[in-house]
Amino acid sequence: MEITTRSFWTLIHGMGFGALYLLACSGALVELYRRYSPQNLASPVQSDETFLRIYLVAMAALAWLAVLTGAYIVYPWYRAAPPPGTTNLAAFPQRLLMASPTTSGWHSIGMEWKEHVAWIVPIAITMAAAVVLQYGRNLKNHPQLRSAVLVFVWISLFAAGIAGFFGAMISKNAPVEGGPVIHIVQGESK
Amino acid sequence: MSAQISSASVPSETSPNGPGAAAILAAGVGAFLVAVFAILADQSAAIKSMMIFWKPTGPLSGVTTCAIVLWLATWAILHARWRNKNVALARVNAAAFALLILGLLLTFPPIADLF
Repeated sequence: MEITTRSFWTLIHGMGFGALYLLACSGALVELYRRYSPQNLASPVQSDETFLRIYLVAMAALAWLAVLTGAYIVYPWYRAAPPPGTTNLAAFPQRLLMASPTTSGWHSIGMEWKEHVAWIVPIAITMAAAVVLQYGRNLKNHPQLRSAVLVFVWISLFAAGIAGFFGAMISKNAPVEGGPVIHIVQGESK
Repeated sequence: MSAQISSASVPSETSPNGPGAAAILAAGVGAFLVAVFAILADQSAAIKSMMIFWKPTGPLSGVTTCAIVLWLATWAILHARWRNKNVALARVNAAAFALLILGLLLTFPPIADLF
């Protein structure tokens, strides 16, 4: 069982940071909705509040790591230009997608949207984390601030979903492959 | 800023909403700027070339770096202005949501290509 270095980094970017962010979003939305609701008369416990602050900061870190690894590690491999005369485009995913009208949309719409819309995610969640760090339980007294934070986290989930969906579909049609091979485990031979 | 109201009306048990409003509006501006720089780089060869901060990543490096720097600058300026104030949050939120939705829509290539 082995994996190429480029596949490994794509995995780290998409599954390690991106998918984990998507999973974390639901927890953040529930907690932000429930905990700081003006209808919730119970005062948040300090330890719970500390946990939510750490949770949101971790989400912001995940979002930044996802876009930075995507833009500066995986994307250069994706958009690499093949040398003149190259006929096998397997190592050049963008060109491979563009070479066929049945797959070109995955680049011209999918990647073109993904590479930009994904950056809205760290902006939105950094704001959400900063507001919760600043206000804490006092957010209950600012329902409009809480509503704005919730809207931005919802939109960040939507934007991350777009990026994740197109990332998965692009990887399916033209995976980023190559580089040194990492041997994970030796399989049984028959 | 017309969105500001007197800080004298702030209830003593609540901190002013200004710092939160600054973060929210700046985030809307940041989302919108990502789309604006992406469109500018797509429509102008000169800007596209200027946006190549790191060649392997191409214009995306400049588009996102410019948007992030301006987002942080906007946040810092708004925070400094609104730090101890209460602002009309309904208007700030409306502006931030509009910018956020515009950012989302304008990054969608079929819409971005209309410009």
